[in-house]
Amino acid sequence: MARYLVRRLAFSVLLVLVVASAALVLTRLAPGDITSEQVGTGVSGRTLAADRSRLGLDRPLVVQYVEWLGRAARLDFGTSLMYGRPVAGLVAERALNTALLAVVALLVATLVGLPLGVIAGSRRGMMPGLVRSGSVLALSLPSLVSSLLFVFVAARTGWLPTGGMTSLEPGAGGWLSSLVDLARHLVLPAAALALPLSATIERLQARAIADTLREPFVVAALARGVPASRVLWRSAFKPALRSVTAIYGLIFGSLLSGSFVVEIVTSWPGLGRLMFDALRSRDLYLVAGCAAAGGAFLALGGLLSDIALALVDPRLRGSAEADS
Amino acid sequence: MRRAGWIVLVGVALVAMFAAWLTPHSPGERFEDRIYAPPMLVHVIDSNGSWRTPFVYPVRLVDRLERRYEEDCAHPVELRWFSGGVIVGVPPGEGGPWLPLGGDGSGRDVFARLVFGSRLSLGVALVATLGALLIGTLVGGAAGAAGGLVDDGLMRLSDFVLVLPAMYVVLALRASMPLVLATPAVFALVAGIMALVGWPLVARGVRAIVAAERERDYAQAARSLGMGRSRLLVRHLLPAARGYLATQAALLLPGFILAEATLSYVGLGFPDPDASWGSMLQEAGNIAAIADAPWTLVPALAIFAVVLAVNLVVEAPEFTVLPGLGRRG
Repeated sequence: MARYLVRRLAFSVLLVLVVASAALVLTRLAPGDITSEQVGTGVSGRTLAADRSRLGLDRPLVVQYVEWLGRAARLDFGTSLMYGRPVAGLVAERALNTALLAVVALLVATLVGLPLGVIAGSRRGMMPGLVRSGSVLALSLPSLVSSLLFVFVAARTGWLPTGGMTSLEPGAGGWLSSLVDLARHLVLPAAALALPLSATIERLQARAIADTLREPFVVAALARGVPASRVLWRSAFKPALRSVTAIYGLIFGSLLSGSFVVEIVTSWPGLGRLMFDALRSRDLYLVAGCAAAGGAFLALGGLLSDIALALVDPRLRGSAEADS
Repeated sequence: MRRAGWIVLVGVALVAMFAAWLTPHSPGERFEDRIYAPPMLVHVIDSNGSWRTPFVYPVRLVDRLERRYEEDCAHPVELRWFSGGVIVGVPPGEGGPWLPLGGDGSGRDVFARLVFGSRLSLGVALVATLGALLIGTLVGGAAGAAGGLVDDGLMRLSDFVLVLPAMYVVLALRASMPLVLATPAVFALVAGIMALVGWPLVARGVRAIVAAERERDYAQAARSLGMGRSRLLVRHLLPAARGYLATQAALLLPGFILAEATLSYVGLGFPDPDASWGSMLQEAGNIAAIADAPWTLVPALAIFAVVLAVNLVVEAPEFTVLPGLGRRG
């Protein structure tokens, strides 16, 4: 098990490193740099050149990259060229917001999707059909569309704030009112993000339950007179979780992708918005920092889904060790 | 339901093909007096409550600052069929331009933009789908046919790409290119980038199919008759993956439509005068506009309709249910 964890950790570090490096190199190779915006605004060429050399943008890519790598190894990710603040602080703050959004959305999607999946996969009659139609509809409402529609509804009715993370003045009100305020702002983006996800989970779980119910051990349990609901929710539920758990690793990727869209539409101050601004203004160190955070998020997601998979399916615990 | 899905898809394809017959307005044409003008719906019952041939009420700008519009119920204008180069329209000179889905923030015809926008949105997604299928088939075919180290390496690579959040990769690749480009360049670039991100699942499936087919008797027989590796791959092994490729195409297409919409929405896709569903949504992007002029969200509904249609077409067959547990349904 220890060897497995070490391998897993090494892979995570590699993932973060590769993603961040790729982002840095790509942004450095892209035409233009942070000073390009000032071209044509009356700033003299000499000032621009001075700026570029002060920011270290005039050095060769390799030198710049190696230097960044050396500092990153000591967890110093440089200073944002755009904000003039350390990248680590900026990214940490925004990554936390994205993590909050993603975790809430994932929780909601799981809590909604799993039970519905079990129902759709095990029953007959109206219910499965309804659930299934609902899922097909929800699957066809990707986060871009759903968040725009939710924003429209919120703007029309005024039930919920349409964007941002808080509307209170900083420091105003007690912790309870700021928590309520945060929760109110969270509803819309989290719902938009969770909607297609819960449908995915429901579909997978429905299929898994239907398959599991055909296994001999289920038939045997039913034949022995174990109540059907007990068989369904205890005996069949756990092994059927495997397929959902197995895609959790992939879900984290699509969660990140989805949260980018949602963050832009609902102006949620998360990693996606930051990365987008950084990319546009060619803020290399910030891009690399955001990419590193994204990579870490993915690696963590992969690790968690592996652990969950091992918990759900005892057979995998042995194979994970054999694998290493 | 499958059939309904097909009908929608074919309908959308027809609309994209015959866009010019559906509206006399070009997607870039601005009407000064129609900024955020409301849709001019087709009526069949007039203000007296009696039926008549389809007509619209002309819309008049009442207050330019408040963007208030008024329907002129006293002077209904009958629609004219098959004239002026379009299937249905309003006779010229009567009641001004007919904007069936209203006007956008620049006074352009939302309907015309929607109809012409389907060309860019669907076109780029189609090209990207074909590209992703091509790359995936090449990689998967090579991996499945070669086996060994090549197979390992290619599959590791596809696993890696698969884990990455696709939208960020598309975004980063697009943002690292010149931000302002001409429309054809944007088309090629966006399609290429999406293909580059979309291939891994295709490759994995094709590899599995090719690797399995390779061991079958007919493949072994062809080999022993002296058929070359690549010829065997192209003539006999890859055709076995046809059904899989069709399914994958159906799964990729909605994703790509959405990716284009997202890119254009954030301003990295088709630039503004071009009409694509994404660039239309970008224009609708500010919240005040959404609340006051909900018809600018129509492209979102179009995306929803296409994605739903694809989902209906590829929906898996009914799940079978175990008798013992069906009682409480």
